[in-house]
Amino acid sequence: MVQLTLPKNSRMTTGKTWPKPEGATNVRKFKIYRWSPEEGGNPRVDTYFLDMDKCGPMVLDALIKIKNEIDPTLTFRRSCREGICGSCAMNIDGHNTLACIFGLDEVKGDVTIYPLPHMPVVKDLIPDLTHFYAQHASIMPWLETKTNRPAKEWKQSIEDRKKLDGLYECVMCASCSTSCPSYWWNGDRYLGPAALLHAYRWIIDSRDEATGERLDQLEDPFKLYRCHTIMNCAKTCPKGLNPAKAIAHIKEMMVERAV
Amino acid sequence: MRFLTDRKRATGLGSGRTGTHEHWKMMITSAALVVLVPLFVFTFGAGLGGTHEEVLAYFARPCPAIITALTAVVGVLHFKAEAVDAVVDYVHGVKGKLLIVAVEALAWVLIAAALLALVKLAL
Repeated sequence: MVQLTLPKNSRMTTGKTWPKPEGATNVRKFKIYRWSPEEGGNPRVDTYFLDMDKCGPMVLDALIKIKNEIDPTLTFRRSCREGICGSCAMNIDGHNTLACIFGLDEVKGDVTIYPLPHMPVVKDLIPDLTHFYAQHASIMPWLETKTNRPAKEWKQSIEDRKKLDGLYECVMCASCSTSCPSYWWNGDRYLGPAALLHAYRWIIDSRDEATGERLDQLEDPFKLYRCHTIMNCAKTCPKGLNPAKAIAHIKEMMVERAV
Repeated sequence: MRFLTDRKRATGLGSGRTGTHEHWKMMITSAALVVLVPLFVFTFGAGLGGTHEEVLAYFARPCPAIITALTAVVGVLHFKAEAVDAVVDYVHGVKGKLLIVAVEALAWVLIAAALLALVKLAL
């Protein structure tokens, strides 16, 4: 049965409030989720204050400033700081997005930052994405061919290449999958929007010769058909992609070959 | 403790190779209800307010009887598909399977009751 309330050991508590910066006039409050496996106990929300006149414009700038100048124990993933690596995905002001391309001016009032929802937490803002990555691997995210390798390259027309636009840009940040209620309830078996978007990317690749096998693998009440077109994935995608549309196309192909 | 690899956990028992027909049936019943529900509202509405004999005579006519029968059958089949989907979403394990059997049984009882009531009215 679906659990509708947080388990006791996941309930939030009030954490430490750090002092305000001295002499600052443009101060902003940040409420950040904290949990460490070493400390144990329930997760807490720590409160930090930043002088916005001395802080960069993005949420990631603020997090780095907090880590560098206030609390070095604050833990989060980050790498490219330009929306390409997908490392800094987190829940900011209720939206799953990338901290590096989400502007502080997009948040009204206090900035609340949590890890991606409904995932096990490794520490602070770092979710455990092991199962998410394994699901991605299970859709065989590579070109499958049976024909002998051509002398030069696998050719593709400009029209066929255009079909991959809006799909190949996915950076696997997991914002979409962790915003999907179906993935929350059945994430162990439902592949989720990110893996299905990638599955479709390979299904419609004109060079791929395993279309049937790929569709066979997805034809399952859980793997594919837990998608109820809720559209949270499309709403939250920080890259502006539409996984729900890709899933709808997969369902169309399923019907096309069966009916 | 089971020493399963991450990939093994993700793959599970593999694909059930089902789901498309249920999805297609849901599409069909949805499209059918778009037509049937307005027809039912108008035909059922036209029969309202009469005496017992007038209502019996009204449902003895083929058009209102067929529209009512189709709306009942298609509506309940659509409800059944959606309810089973909701159970699969939210209730897992043995409880879920028992609930699916209950939903199926309820749906067929509803269809049988609706058709019996209509036959008694129409004949």
